[in-house]
Amino acid sequence: MKYMMFVVVDPDAAAEAEPSEDDLTIEQWLADVDGRGKRITGDALRPVSDATTVRVSRGQVVVTDGPFTESKEWIAGFDILECDNLDEAIAIAARHPQANGGKLELRPFRTDED
Amino acid sequence: MTTHAHRTTAEAIISAVAAERTGMVASLIRLTGDWDLAEDCVQDAVERALMRWPHDGMPRSPAAWLTTVARNRALDLLRRRQTERAKLQQRAITDEMAPGRALETDAQSDDRLRLIFTCCHPALALEGRVALTLKTVAGLSTAEIARAFLVSEPTMSQRLLRTKQKISNAAIPYRVPPDELLAERISGVLVVLYLIFNEGYGQHEDHLAVEALQLARLLVDLMPGEDEARGLLALITFQMSRRSTRFDAHGDLVPMEEQDRSRWDTALMEAGHRQLRHAARSGRPPGPYRLQAQIAACHATAAAAEATAWGTIVALYDALLAAQPSPVIALNRAIAVGFRDGYEAGLAELDALDATALAGYYLLPSARADFLRRLGRTDEAQRAYLAAIHLAPAGQPERRLLQRRLTEL
Repeated sequence: MKYMMFVVVDPDAAAEAEPSEDDLTIEQWLADVDGRGKRITGDALRPVSDATTVRVSRGQVVVTDGPFTESKEWIAGFDILECDNLDEAIAIAARHPQANGGKLELRPFRTDED
Repeated sequence: MTTHAHRTTAEAIISAVAAERTGMVASLIRLTGDWDLAEDCVQDAVERALMRWPHDGMPRSPAAWLTTVARNRALDLLRRRQTERAKLQQRAITDEMAPGRALETDAQSDDRLRLIFTCCHPALALEGRVALTLKTVAGLSTAEIARAFLVSEPTMSQRLLRTKQKISNAAIPYRVPPDELLAERISGVLVVLYLIFNEGYGQHEDHLAVEALQLARLLVDLMPGEDEARGLLALITFQMSRRSTRFDAHGDLVPMEEQDRSRWDTALMEAGHRQLRHAARSGRPPGPYRLQAQIAACHATAAAAEATAWGTIVALYDALLAAQPSPVIALNRAIAVGFRDGYEAGLAELDALDATALAGYYLLPSARADFLRRLGRTDEAQRAYLAAIHLAPAGQPERRLLQRRLTEL
């Protein structure tokens, strides 16, 4: 099963972060996940101050500065995971450095059966 | 005489069916991955049994009879689908469900555990976990669950559908979690069972509490080494031992100190003590459910309300607060202190609680009102009762009890 994992920055969660010695660095996390062949691709994104939102309204392309959501939380990166099941994806997400002080959202991909 | 014999047969049929149903649903889900198909086929077999057995008599092996009917129905439905997936599902069923034979008991036990853990997976919404557990593990109808949670049948049906879809779409595994996840996931199962219990126990018609008792028994049968599962079973058992005295003839709540203790169910109380002794053999320090069960045991053991071991109860609440800090547990501890050290001390404890965390919760003003009434401070008690009535759930027995207390002042 393929999952999109959104890496989310959340200022509220960041304030409550409790670093521990078991935390992985992003390099360690990547080495583990890539080493086990669980990650198809992934990357980090520039902050929302560099975002541009595009939509079409009455035939006109409307371009605005900033992200599509009015939220304190923003997507800072993504990884596409290939896992046996949700529990495996949860375990991978829980070890991501951003899990402590941020959030990860797991979304299964649509399949042909949907 | 004939009527009595007939009734016994009907009861025997219902209990034989109930004993087999969950395992069959659980095994069919494992074999096909199709929750609706599994429920549909087992429901069909159950309905046929209820129609046929009263006339034909019970088959020699009710389990084998039900398995064969459910199996044939599943194969029928799958043949009509004519997809590759349906072919694989048919093969899985023909390989494992031999006609005329019941499913292996061990395989069924494992499947029932898989079913419970999957229904209670933390990635599912809590209300969905509760509904799906009642539907597939306890075998309640959608209409019954909808009634219990005061929602319409289409709403409940939608909730069940969404929950089953998420299991399939997000690939929630159908399994008993591996050791490293087990402790965390068991506590997730216990939360669901206790929630079902509390939903039923607050009502005069306590069907859901009875379901929760049976589910807790099933879990203990399947995982005999889990001391917290036994703790939950003991807790529910002690509370159920008082069920016939908790409401009066008008359906109004009777507070524990006014209950007729001679009518408490001694067999259930003994069963509760037995579960606690068994749980203690694990050698593990008691967790939240065992501690709550020990508190319930203190009440069960007291010959009269005045003989309650409040000192022990306060100590147990201290341990419970350390294991699971919560404003509601702190409130219950404060009440116990009031009964141990005197109502003035109880009021002081209540005043020291975190009022913000308990804001909007009727039990805080209701506990104050109770102590003030016992101290004869009528005016203050009256104000506290009014505050509690204002916050108590409308139309519920708790609110009627507070209104009665207010008029008695």
